[in-house]
Amino acid sequence: MKINIKDVEYVANLARLELSEEEKTQQLEKLNKILDYMEILNKVDTKGVQPLAHVLPINNVLRKDEVHETLEREKTLQNAPEEAQGMFRVPKIV
Amino acid sequence: MNYEVVIGLEVHVELKTKTKIFCSCPNEFGSEPNTNVCPRCLGLPGTLPVLNEKVLEYAIKAGLALNCEIAEFSKFDRKNYFYPDLTKAYQISQFDLPICEHGYLDIDVDGNHKRIGITRIHMEEDAGKLVHEGDTISVSDSSLVDYNRAGVPLIEIVSEPDMRSAEEAKAYLEKLKAYIEYTGVSDVKMEQGSLRCDANVSVRPFGQKEFGTRAEVKNLNSFRAVQKAIEYEVERQIELIEDGGKVVQETRTWDDAQGITLSLRGKEEANDYRYFPDPDLTPLIISKDYVEEIRKTIPELPDVKKERLISEMGLPEYDAGVITSSKGLATFFDHTVAIYPDAKKVCNWLMVEFCRLLNSESVEIENSQVKPEKLAALLKLVDDGKISGKIAKTVFEEMFISGKDPEAIVEEKGLVQISDEGALGAMIDKIIAENPKSVEDYKSGNKKALGFFVGKIMKETQGQANPGMVNKMLTERLD
Repeated sequence: MKINIKDVEYVANLARLELSEEEKTQQLEKLNKILDYMEILNKVDTKGVQPLAHVLPINNVLRKDEVHETLEREKTLQNAPEEAQGMFRVPKIV
Repeated sequence: MNYEVVIGLEVHVELKTKTKIFCSCPNEFGSEPNTNVCPRCLGLPGTLPVLNEKVLEYAIKAGLALNCEIAEFSKFDRKNYFYPDLTKAYQISQFDLPICEHGYLDIDVDGNHKRIGITRIHMEEDAGKLVHEGDTISVSDSSLVDYNRAGVPLIEIVSEPDMRSAEEAKAYLEKLKAYIEYTGVSDVKMEQGSLRCDANVSVRPFGQKEFGTRAEVKNLNSFRAVQKAIEYEVERQIELIEDGGKVVQETRTWDDAQGITLSLRGKEEANDYRYFPDPDLTPLIISKDYVEEIRKTIPELPDVKKERLISEMGLPEYDAGVITSSKGLATFFDHTVAIYPDAKKVCNWLMVEFCRLLNSESVEIENSQVKPEKLAALLKLVDDGKISGKIAKTVFEEMFISGKDPEAIVEEKGLVQISDEGALGAMIDKIIAENPKSVEDYKSGNKKALGFFVGKIMKETQGQANPGMVNKMLTERLD
């Protein structure tokens, strides 16, 4: 499988990346190399093998439903570009 | 042409845990903005989520109540999209291995019984809340974000596209709400957003096998909105097709003020969420023993309770349905009949007087000053002939407002029923003497004239005369 420049633009847009024409070409090459490698992996017979859910053999890590300390609001908002009424101010969305 | 309507609902329910799903912040509604947050739910670098065990328990409990199969193996995935209410630019949700699948709920609409399939239930985190600055959305050029809700545990309950009318959709949602409420895993308050509903709506010519193209309608904040929005959407789609147009698959929002749905197209990104397993969370292996342990904690559910009220208490089906439609009402009923066993009478009082006052005063039954003991005491006063049924309604209203005992109200307001034969007799004789014309009417066969006399006496005594005695004494004198 090969992708083209349109696919790169599509993925870049989903990831909110602004790429120059040169960067797009570079990324296209890199992504296609990865896909080539996937082609090799695809040759492995995986019949009867469950898709991997986690790379480590651990499961059921849970915590108790107990309240712990929260962050002070001053700290929460300290890196906010703008704030008002104790909230983060962002450009209008809808 | 005749069209068939196809509806599926996606319902989000906030779980009533003490803390959030992946961090130990309080899960509380109505706190000061950005006070229930920590580095984890704010998505700060280097933090890791850990699942709240109560969330898993509650999700399984809801699934069991809704007749689902519980997964033996389940995992969390990341749903990737950018939006300011989402701190990490992905939502932790479940994609291909949800915790519950293949459930159902039974509904009744106009006497027709129908089973609605539940495709799946998955666990996920809620997003923060956008608050619009300024008076209206249109004048403000910025939004404010409160992340208190970010990380609040949700279950999303996805139905099969089994509903064929807005009424069925409403009935399903009401039933779902009651079931979840009974399990106690959520307080399911639509007005506070702890129960939220999106509707997938499409139409197709009758007989056609394939589904029509569907629109997803969001922003349905009440049962009424769910029904109205679906009705509007059905009409819109049929009109569009009849005019030679085509329904496009899109997300629409319900505008309650205008009573229409509006397209959100163009304002939304392509739905390409690039789900992948969240490496920060471990998979879940659910043992049968654990599931059975949870099953034991499920109380009697609405349909079972309804059947019991019909078969054991002799309630009519309709009444049993109303009483079991909310946990609060059902609990109140149970407690009242435990001390005053006339189920039908208790049921009438709950359905008529109590529900009317709860609605008009916007009080929730749990917070009402009227308690089962007080209602039972009131009914006893009627049985003992201390007050009439009519006066009982006045006393009940007073109980509702002041929270006083019925006996105290009757005493204070001098509402004791007049059952004194002498006093009533004198009054009746006087009224008969004053109204010879009506006496003649009665004697010439107009039995309705009796009502005139009863009314006079009730007016004279402000409703306190014992109606049985008044009737008896009147007929004795007139016949």
